[in-house]
Amino acid sequence: MNLLPLFQWFEATALGTVVRQSLWMFPVIECIHLLALSMLGGAVLVVDLRLLGLGLRAQSAAELGRKMQPWLAGALAVSITTGILMFLSESVKCYYSPPFWYKMGLLILASLFAFTVRRKVLAGANQPLKYGLTAVTSIALWFGVAFSGRWIAFY
Amino acid sequence: MNLSSFFQWLEGTAGSVAIRESTLLYPVIETTHVLTLCLFLGMIAMLDLRLVGVGLRGVPVSQVAGRLLPWALAGFAIMAVSGVLLFYSGPVRASGNIFFQIKMILIALTGVNALIFHWTIERRVADWDSDPVPPFRARLAGFCSLVLWSAVLICGRMQAYNWFDKGKV
Repeated sequence: MNLLPLFQWFEATALGTVVRQSLWMFPVIECIHLLALSMLGGAVLVVDLRLLGLGLRAQSAAELGRKMQPWLAGALAVSITTGILMFLSESVKCYYSPPFWYKMGLLILASLFAFTVRRKVLAGANQPLKYGLTAVTSIALWFGVAFSGRWIAFY
Repeated sequence: MNLSSFFQWLEGTAGSVAIRESTLLYPVIETTHVLTLCLFLGMIAMLDLRLVGVGLRGVPVSQVAGRLLPWALAGFAIMAVSGVLLFYSGPVRASGNIFFQIKMILIALTGVNALIFHWTIERRVADWDSDPVPPFRARLAGFCSLVLWSAVLICGRMQAYNWFDKGKV
C-alpha cells in the first residue's frame, strides 16, 4: 500500500498549511513538545527508578505509579497533539524520514507497554526481576521514541 | 584579549572545527543535550510540582528533594558538558545570539531562586515537610523554578532559529 498520497493530503490540510506558512507557529509548537517531553520523562523516570530500587524508595511502586499516571497521560496527550501539528506541517518530509517511522513504531510500543504491562506490574507484588525488566523495557522504549524523534531533524 | 576575539580564536581551534564539521558528533551531542531534559528537567519539575502543592502529594518534600535531586544534578552535569561542547562548536554565533544570552541569564536566575529557597524556607522544612500544600515561600520557589526552567528550554530551542542573527537581513 502506497501511503504517499495520504501524506500529501495530510500536508495539504488547512491545519498543516497554517503551521507551515507561519514563521513562529512551528517553533512555538516545538517548544511545547519539548516541555511535554521533559514532563513525560520525569513521570516515567520517577516510577522506573523506583522499580529499579532507586529514587523515591520509601514509597511503593504502586503508589508512585498512581501519583504519576495523570502527569504521564497529560504529558503524552500534549506531546501527541503538538506532534500531530508538526507532522501535518511537513508530512511528506516525514514520509521519507526513516527516524519518523521508527519513532511511530516505538511510540505505539511504548504507549501500549505503559498502559498495559507496566500498569499491571505496578499494581502487582514486588518481584525484583519483574520490576527490573519492566523498568529497563520502559526506559529503553521511551528513550527510543525521544531519540528517533530528535533524529527526524537530521534524516 | 576581549571576549569577542577570544570566541573567534576558540572557533578556530581544532576541537571546535571537528565538532562543527563532523556529520555524527554534532547530532550526537545535541541529542544527548535534548534527551537529558527528561532526567534533568523531569526531576526538577517533579520537585517543583511537589513544592507548588500539585504533584507527589503525600510524599514528604525532604524525601522528594533528597531522593530526586541527585538525579537532577547528574542530569545537569550531562546538560552542562554537552551544552559547553555545543557552544564550543560555534562560539561566535552562539555568543551573539539573543536567545543564548537570555538563556544564560535565566540559568543564573534559577540558581538564585534555588539558593534563596535553600537558605530560607527550606531550613524550616521539618515544620511543613508533609503538608500537601507547602507554605507560600516554598510554593513561590517551585513556581519560579518551573517558569524559569521552561523559559531556559524555550530559549535553547529558539537559539537554533536564526531570526535575530547578526548580519541577517
